[in-house]
Amino acid sequence: MTSAPLLEFQNISFLIEDRPLFQGVCGSLTAGEALQINGSNGSGKTTLLQILATLKTMSSGTVSWRGNVASNNIPYRREMAYLGHQAGLKMALSPRQNLLWCNRLFSLDRSGEQITSVLHRMRVLNRADLPCSALSAGQLRRVALAALLLREACLWLLDEPFSALDIEGVDCLVSLLDEHRARGGVVVFSSHHDARMPNVGVLELAAQAGS
Amino acid sequence: MSFGRMFFGVVRRDFLSRVRHGQDIVNPLLFFVIATSLVPIAVSPEAGRLTQLAPGMIWITALLSTLLALDGLFAEDYADGSLAQLILSPQPLWLLVLGKVFAHWLLTGLPLIVLSPLLALMLALPTSAYMPLMGGLVLGTASFSLLGAVGAALTVALRQGGMLLSLIVMPFYFPVLIFGTSVVQSAVDGVDFFPIMALLGAFFAFSLALGPIAAAASLKVGING
Repeated sequence: MTSAPLLEFQNISFLIEDRPLFQGVCGSLTAGEALQINGSNGSGKTTLLQILATLKTMSSGTVSWRGNVASNNIPYRREMAYLGHQAGLKMALSPRQNLLWCNRLFSLDRSGEQITSVLHRMRVLNRADLPCSALSAGQLRRVALAALLLREACLWLLDEPFSALDIEGVDCLVSLLDEHRARGGVVVFSSHHDARMPNVGVLELAAQAGS
Repeated sequence: MSFGRMFFGVVRRDFLSRVRHGQDIVNPLLFFVIATSLVPIAVSPEAGRLTQLAPGMIWITALLSTLLALDGLFAEDYADGSLAQLILSPQPLWLLVLGKVFAHWLLTGLPLIVLSPLLALMLALPTSAYMPLMGGLVLGTASFSLLGAVGAALTVALRQGGMLLSLIVMPFYFPVLIFGTSVVQSAVDGVDFFPIMALLGAFFAFSLALGPIAAAASLKVGING
């Protein structure tokens, strides 16, 4: 209650062919807070996350980060990490090469040891030099999470981060989220899993009645 | 210079990940070779007639083969989610697009240029026209790729974007086709071809200046769809 919200979005609406997918969605997160987006299939969870990531243009509403409008905002892009359904990894490259690329793309200046350590943290170090096409879906998700860790971004936007992970992977991700929040980071994620974590805000996206 | 490092970083990443999908590179090239080599069989093996057809045939198949490869320029990045990361990165998007186009050209345009003397030989083009043909193809295929990137970006999220892509970029390809064939024709006729080559160069400069910026803007629109 003491600090100003980091991420704030108000009255977000998104229309598909003049029909609302969702309307008037609001929320605000201060440092250390997490928000879980719930909703049935097709209720717009991915779209809402893409809007927050400035990948999609909303029909109306505002998204602001540290009080500034988020779109076309380079500082926002540096502080925000978006992980979509697709992991964003190049299948022909190895996990290590993918992380090196991520390091360069986001101008991170991480060392080789840091890359090794995030891969170790996600327990995919033994696969670090195989092409990603040889990895399973769960291992790819772990590599994508390793890339997320490497970013050290303040805001995480995660679309179904728990999908394809095994039990140990889910525990690992939960502890990542806890650590991130303890550092003052902010998380917005969508999930079909029941709220596994305490102190997570929930945003219900009601499916609009198909008329 | 960090722009240069970023540029070559993209080129390297795209080059490495494309080389391992051999099919996408080989198919357009195979099309180029097969379509051109069918002309002597289907039309006439007579050298005089082939020489007449050669400039047009080589350029048309070069255009179509580039168009065939263009579909894949952003498609894979879109499908695996890395396009979103490119767009969200703090780097200037036009620079990333330029790198992607260059890597794409290295794997589709350049092999085509290297093979073109072989096809010119098959179509009985006089040897004096080889260098103008190859020089023209360097500028021409690069313009094809740069302008094509705009169409590929606009249609990236569409499932059946290929047809639309052709319709969008084709009008921009006409000048290249006209200048490109005239360069070769002038060389065959023994006329000075440099003025037309200069026009081709001007068109390349235009594509280089506007293509990546327009493609970057189109990508942001394209993934919205």
